[in-house]
Amino acid sequence: MIELVHAGRCIECDICVRICPRDVFDAVADDVPVIARKSDCQTCFLCEIYCPVDALYVSPRVGTDEAVDPIALEESGTLGSYARALGWKRGRAAGTDQDTTRHLRLLGGVGG
Amino acid sequence: MRPPPELHAPHPAEHHFDADVLVLGGGPAGAWAALTAAEAGASVILADKGYCGTSGATAPSNTGAWYLPPGPAREAEAERRLAKSHGLADKRWILRVIDQAWQSLDDLAARGYPFPIDEDGRPYRANLRGPDYMRFMRRRLDKARVRVLDHSPALELLWHDGCVAGAAGIRPRDSSRWQVEAGAVVMATGGCTFLSRALGTDGNTGDGYLMGAEAGARLSGVEFSSQYGVALFDASITKGLSFMFANFALEDGSPLPEGADRASRIARALIEGRRVFGIMDKGTPQGHAWLRQGQPNTMLPFDRAGIDPYRQRFEVTLRSEGLVRGVGGLELVSDDCATDVPGLYAAGDAATRENLAGAVTGGGSPNASWAMASGSWSGRAAARFGMAQRSVVPRPVRALGGAGLRPTTRPFLEAGEVTRFVQGETLPLDVNFFRTGARIAESRAALDAAWADIRAGLAGEGRGLVRAREAASMAATARFVWEAAALRTESRGMHRRLDLPDEDTALDDRIHVSGVDRIAAGFRAASLEAVAS
Repeated sequence: MIELVHAGRCIECDICVRICPRDVFDAVADDVPVIARKSDCQTCFLCEIYCPVDALYVSPRVGTDEAVDPIALEESGTLGSYARALGWKRGRAAGTDQDTTRHLRLLGGVGG
Repeated sequence: MRPPPELHAPHPAEHHFDADVLVLGGGPAGAWAALTAAEAGASVILADKGYCGTSGATAPSNTGAWYLPPGPAREAEAERRLAKSHGLADKRWILRVIDQAWQSLDDLAARGYPFPIDEDGRPYRANLRGPDYMRFMRRRLDKARVRVLDHSPALELLWHDGCVAGAAGIRPRDSSRWQVEAGAVVMATGGCTFLSRALGTDGNTGDGYLMGAEAGARLSGVEFSSQYGVALFDASITKGLSFMFANFALEDGSPLPEGADRASRIARALIEGRRVFGIMDKGTPQGHAWLRQGQPNTMLPFDRAGIDPYRQRFEVTLRSEGLVRGVGGLELVSDDCATDVPGLYAAGDAATRENLAGAVTGGGSPNASWAMASGSWSGRAAARFGMAQRSVVPRPVRALGGAGLRPTTRPFLEAGEVTRFVQGETLPLDVNFFRTGARIAESRAALDAAWADIRAGLAGEGRGLVRAREAASMAATARFVWEAAALRTESRGMHRRLDLPDEDTALDDRIHVSGVDRIAAGFRAASLEAVAS
């Protein structure tokens, strides 16, 4: 579930508020968005890649809270790590032309 | 004959729209439907429960698709699928879906979608990366002047003179109501996983099945709703490729119980109360690198938990993929994806996929191809039907929604308790993965009793209303599932009956269900005979 909107990085663009498929965030006037409905988060990680400044962290745990340390997440390079792995940059789609999944399918992997 | 639907006065709405075509749901099927309808000249509105571009099971995933140019490979793939379908797929439909998917993928390429280039310098079009694909589709919808209503869940269909004539819903952020009067509706609301938390499926609560049934539409194949995906314990990623390099064992290292396939063996162990662990000790460093680069979200749960899955064991569970990677849905009565209710079309997981998959999962290429094909066909047909309704004025509408929206007594039930109850009748492995006649009967009785309470007393306001309607939709879906499953007195594909382990050739037919309060279930052959007489 979503655990962090990094206040130091967030530029208050509210893109996460707009694109979250589960409507987890609330916009706040002149402030960073708040995680208003954390238990509705479906742990899809998409807000992370739409965020133009890598200010969001989604824990892979769907049913348990994870205590997070914003400084540690920043220093370990965890913030934005999924976007970088996909090749998305500053919230913009890129990198699908480098997708290696076809090799896995040819190895006999299943679909999906 | 279909009984006339229950009609109500529409709820007053702050936002009114008119369109030739209304598409409900903004995953790939809905996006293709809206795009195709707009290209056919219709005015189109797409309403999404979340955000069209990130909603649904495809957006967070990465999926294969059929990309087979005309030639013998098509025939071979169709035969291969047919052989796996336990007698319930249809070769003509498989071939036409293959053809349409090929055209749709070429269309994506022509519009600039950046497919990877293979070693021979040719584009590889048999795979779509979810976030990129759905973002690309959203751009195309905006350019095609499709009006997209994000964060606008539909609650019920509207009705005029024997036809579906739009839908009404809510904007949970300010609790305002919307109403779209439309000449035709494409139901593309996805399947139902009963909030199992399988990746990207939390919005798939069977809404379209209940809305369709309230309009009088039939469903087909919903007994095939017991597909489960392996996931790292407490994680959401159920993608098929995640564990292609893994072996699984019990906690003490001993082998899993015997079973027909990997999922069955894991299910047996979990039912026995054993914990199951995996380790990715198969494959080569090259294969592992491809997995990390091509499927980076499969590695997130490991990376973020500090697990090296190639060296360390990790605990896994099974998550229900219900009717998303299961099979059933609204029955289609024509090649252009019409339901048996005029003005209502169905696409993607809201529709049955028996034609492609029969009694086994269509997860991966069949379902992704189906979303493109059924979306395109239903969009084109809905445009034609919807534009023909322009001359029908005035079109006073009535509303069709019952359970969760219009309690008949003072409300006494809330969505959370209904949802937890329905989950108990649909998710547990010893209820749903392996089935028995006795347990099915128990579920039917419990759900019948609960349904009376749901109709009488389930309600909510604002976001609570959305949750109430979702809970009612999941309860209705569960009733459809168990009515159909009770009739299938055999094992076939993913319908695994412990008490009836063999396939019965006498039951080589599809099962239809219809109704809301009283559910009728029967084999297709019987319903065709009834129509003939």
